[in-house]
Amino acid sequence: MTDPQSSPASAGTAPFTKSEMMIVAAARELAGQRVCFVGVGLPNIAVNLAKRTVAPEMELVYEAGVFGARPARLPLSIGDPTIVTGATAVVSMWELFAYYLQGGLIDVGFLGAAQIDRFGNINTTVIGDYAHPKARLPGSGGACEIAINARQIFVIMRQATRSFVDRIDFRTSPGNLGGAENAERIRREQGWLGRGPSVVVTDLGIWHFDESGEMRLDFLHPGATLDEVRATIGWEPKVSPTLTPTPAPTADELRLIREELDPEGMYTT
Amino acid sequence: MVSSKVATMRDAVAELVRDGDTVAIEGFTHLISFAAGHEIIRQRRRDLVLARLTPDLIYDQMVAAGVARKLIFSWLGNPGVGGLNAIRRVTEGPAPRLELEEYSHFGMVARYAAGAAKLPFMPLRSYFETDLPVANPLIRRIESPYGDGAVYAVPPLRPDVTVVHAQRADANGNVQVWGLLGCQKEAAFAADRVIVVVEELVDEAVIRADPNRTIIPGIVVDAVVVEPWGAHPSYVQGYYDRDNHFYRDWDPISRDPAATEAWLREWVHGLDGRAAYVEKLGAERVAALRPSGTAPSGVVDYGEYR
Repeated sequence: MTDPQSSPASAGTAPFTKSEMMIVAAARELAGQRVCFVGVGLPNIAVNLAKRTVAPEMELVYEAGVFGARPARLPLSIGDPTIVTGATAVVSMWELFAYYLQGGLIDVGFLGAAQIDRFGNINTTVIGDYAHPKARLPGSGGACEIAINARQIFVIMRQATRSFVDRIDFRTSPGNLGGAENAERIRREQGWLGRGPSVVVTDLGIWHFDESGEMRLDFLHPGATLDEVRATIGWEPKVSPTLTPTPAPTADELRLIREELDPEGMYTT
Repeated sequence: MVSSKVATMRDAVAELVRDGDTVAIEGFTHLISFAAGHEIIRQRRRDLVLARLTPDLIYDQMVAAGVARKLIFSWLGNPGVGGLNAIRRVTEGPAPRLELEEYSHFGMVARYAAGAAKLPFMPLRSYFETDLPVANPLIRRIESPYGDGAVYAVPPLRPDVTVVHAQRADANGNVQVWGLLGCQKEAAFAADRVIVVVEELVDEAVIRADPNRTIIPGIVVDAVVVEPWGAHPSYVQGYYDRDNHFYRDWDPISRDPAATEAWLREWVHGLDGRAAYVEKLGAERVAALRPSGTAPSGVVDYGEYR
């Protein structure tokens, strides 16, 4: 998880790492969202940063059975005691998944991924063949049902050719399936609550999904190049004709990450 | 007057956990009974089917110790740290040596709920357009009998033994929990035998003063084991914090089979029980895990009605 390249400092801005830029960009995407289901790992720090900046009113939902969490520290696990103390409601996991998630209360499901394809389908189960895997990954956790039942899905993950792949090895969480038209029909016919993935934030840029259901690079982070984007992705990526530089992290965002959320640098160094 | 179910961990495991059993030591991050897992290792049970949403370090240790033949689970990792390395060693590559049966979290919770309610299956709106039903043919698509589309079904999970850790219980096994509740209630009602491990044994009057907090009634409980710090390195809300340093330290230990073996010798086989484990942890480490302050609940008045 080391992040050797710090972006060059621009005037008046402290140097920041690619991971910090990724977390800040992901947090900003949550502006205006009401109820967010928080996944393990990078989503956890991004959502907690959003709660302290662009989305102070947002309700944080943790699959461990918490609605309206107010974590006083950044939990390493998503079942930490700090998500309980001061929360609106602590419920059984049955209630959380059946009534809160499947019942339709979740606006954004925020996930990480090991592999993702151009249509936002996610693999967190195995690399290689299922029965004889090259690498055994954690599996679904709640991600499969979050991808189906949350109104929209945000993804945060670092770009690499082994993770942004033409074909994922296992579909753990459905995205836009084989394309938007097909996905919309299936979601409608089967009565899914979710509309699928809407944003993928990486260490290089911000991707949204175009009308065909495919990822399109809309923002490029400061210090990142299109060559770098193409070298870390397993297909020829779509790039917006109005590609825009992502605004650099502010001093306040960096202070919150470094001093409050992740003083030990678990997510960012 | 109901007779006491209070037992030592050694006696509870000796009597209630048998070779070949399906065992669920539940608790989602919170209240994981490492004390029971370690005693099962010490008593060298074999061929267990271990069920848990998140196998966590306790099942990594139990698999390393050779007690398991199969895992039933939904998320196989060390949260925020990485993989479960002892389990990875026997599940990756050309010749996996541990059987896996996997679901999503909701699928596992629904399995316990079906088991608790003696239903043949539980329907849920998960698994559409995923490879999970291919990987696990026990996840099946069914048509709604009311003609409004398809859902997926999972079968009941009825453990031979469920183990739960809790803040407190009385001698009859009436269990009260606060903080994350996970699916311990469903897993306990679904099981044939139930072992409850508690930080504190309390008088029946303490339970009766706050009946809304009782998640498992003594009528489904077989043994009550009093084992303070029995959940470490997991945690108990209001009593001690999760030992995140241990969760990180386990990663390099578990990557090395010899180091894993040495750890099990030193911390499990080499100790006769939880009290010795807590003593070995040391007063300083224990003190550092206490909550940094108090956050008491308000008091409610149930009223008297004669």
